Amino acid sequence: MSEARLWRFHGGLKLDARTARPAAESLGVVPVPRHLVLPLSQHVGQPAEPVVAIGERVLMGQPIARPSGYIGAKVHASSSGTVVEIADRPVPHPSGLSAPCIVIETDGLDEAWRGYEPLPAYSELTSNDLRARVRAAGVVGLGGAAFPTAVKLGAGSGLKLLILNAAECEPYICCDELLLRERPEEVLTGAQVLLRALGIDRCCIAIEEDKPRAKSALEAAIAAAGETRVTVVSVPALYPEGGERQLIKVLTGEEVPARGVPPDIGYLCQNVGTAVAVARAVLHGEPLVSRIVTVTGDGVARPRNLEVRLGTPIAALVEACGGYTDRASHLLMGGAMMGFPLADDSLPVIKGTNCIVVASREEIRPRAAAMPCIRCGECAEVCPAQLLPQQLYWHARSGELDRLDEYHLFDCIECGCCDVACPSQLPLTQYFRFAKTELWARDRDRARSDLARERFEARRERIEAEQEARRLRLEEKTRAAERTRGDEGARKAMIDEVLERVQARQDENDPDEPGR
Amino acid sequence: MVTAVIVIAGLAALFGLALGFAAVRFRTEGDPVVDRIDSLLPQTQCGQCSFAGCRPYAEAIAGGQADINRCPPGGEATIRALADLLERDPKPLDPESGVLKPRTVAVIDEPLCIGCTLCIQACPVDAILGAGKQMHTVITSECTGCELCVAPCPVDCIEMVEEPVTLKTWKWPKPGELAQAAERR
Repeated sequence: MSEARLWRFHGGLKLDARTARPAAESLGVVPVPRHLVLPLSQHVGQPAEPVVAIGERVLMGQPIARPSGYIGAKVHASSSGTVVEIADRPVPHPSGLSAPCIVIETDGLDEAWRGYEPLPAYSELTSNDLRARVRAAGVVGLGGAAFPTAVKLGAGSGLKLLILNAAECEPYICCDELLLRERPEEVLTGAQVLLRALGIDRCCIAIEEDKPRAKSALEAAIAAAGETRVTVVSVPALYPEGGERQLIKVLTGEEVPARGVPPDIGYLCQNVGTAVAVARAVLHGEPLVSRIVTVTGDGVARPRNLEVRLGTPIAALVEACGGYTDRASHLLMGGAMMGFPLADDSLPVIKGTNCIVVASREEIRPRAAAMPCIRCGECAEVCPAQLLPQQLYWHARSGELDRLDEYHLFDCIECGCCDVACPSQLPLTQYFRFAKTELWARDRDRARSDLARERFEARRERIEAEQEARRLRLEEKTRAAERTRGDEGARKAMIDEVLERVQARQDENDPDEPGR
Repeated sequence: MVTAVIVIAGLAALFGLALGFAAVRFRTEGDPVVDRIDSLLPQTQCGQCSFAGCRPYAEAIAGGQADINRCPPGGEATIRALADLLERDPKPLDPESGVLKPRTVAVIDEPLCIGCTLCIQACPVDAILGAGKQMHTVITSECTGCELCVAPCPVDCIEMVEEPVTLKTWKWPKPGELAQAAERR
């Protein structure tokens, strides 16, 4: 299949990979830091709920928070120690906001929790069992989006092909390349477990053609295992090929429908790092407590890839790379195109952290003042989602958010190609991000106002019904009084009845029982 | 001549019947214009427009008794949407009805609450839970921030609090505004 025909996705950019220095180094490790900060929301979906208390001793791999919804993931302690704080802490997020985190003061022993039961005989287990294990181990997509893997594995039937994504196309990032070179067997095992979990028998691992060492390591592992269901495909290096829609197009020529997901057309994409996490969760019962992070840029002395415990402060990673150089000026999480700036190096590594860039002043493209859009159409040429960024920009800028849906704003993958192509230096992607969050906020407001309307109407109906009932009671009484007028005995009986009722009410309101 | 009269009369009778049938068969319940106006209003039910809720205000707008610029919680956006719907010119918010404020929710200082139920009666969306002589509490997710519960409270234990921005509700700034904010810094 390595000679198989490949297609090309629309647009994209040839970018300088900038991975030579970290990719030349071997995988390093970061010592256990003094404090681990584990955000409860490291993934797409609902934040997790803590299941440990302050002061509790936890072991490495012990669950410390459980998902609060279907789309959520468990959080595990990434080393042994004591829970010292459950509070809002700054988290790595473009907003720079704080969010609930569990802080563990480590004891340096790195004592392991008993773990989940290893399931080496996974081929005898059902898809549901395997998915349950993946969920229990807190595995999320490690390519950056951090979508809960168990949810993705349950996404449909009639799958044809599992695609393992090792097409790291974004400049600076090479953590998947290192993983393939150092642990090709584990990647292969991950592929086998995922095939079993999905109940299919074809897997294709896509690697960019500028990573021959990773490819040959993987091919050697596949040959050694005699695995025929898994093939390695070398794809041309073009940004943003690592996007699952783009990769599917390159490999199969098919397009995932707008607002659809790959399983709709029979494909499922997983990052290779995720596959390894799945293999470990199933075969060894290990929860997701660490990941590989590329630490690079001119601002660090020795750029390299590191295996990092989740929750480790970024400062510890920089330390493990020989510290800052005097050229260090910007700190980014993620790659050169989609990464976002971080306020400081005390922020923790989370499940979705694939890369830390310590950039020098020269590495950051200075953003010149934006000029007016000249409608040259360069942005549409490079857009991998085949959108019209110039139109989207126009409507986002003028606040005509309703029109954005007509131009398929939500198909934008925020890759940033249009920003690079724009001769007027317009911050297009940021306009689209702004418009998306604005539209989400509007949907939330609408949902709230619908709820309020419903409750307001319900209350109005209730009050009207009460009034009507009171009116009817009054009428009934008036009629009864009229009937008994002139009849002395009946009147007396009625007065007695009223007196009795008043007496009963007074007994009820007895001051000895203030609870009423 | 006679034929013409018969034909015209016949046609008139036919159309009359058709219209009469349509009026009965396709009768619309309620007023669709009111519904459409109501759907644009924020449903805060605060009464700052001087009507007893959003729906009554929508009815008043449709009936021509009220202007479209009397909804402070909706602000500029609502006025613009109403102007679009009714094909009128947008105008600035009527300062008599109030000013645009960030969205808030009511919070009861529970130890101070004496359980008088006055706020429960004031709440237009039944978002306050409690009983006589029992502590009350606000169901935050249902609160519209209308402030109607604040005034009736005899012990002033209700406070309007701005909702904190979370990772889920955070919005990317508009690029121009970002640059301006950076310049100000």
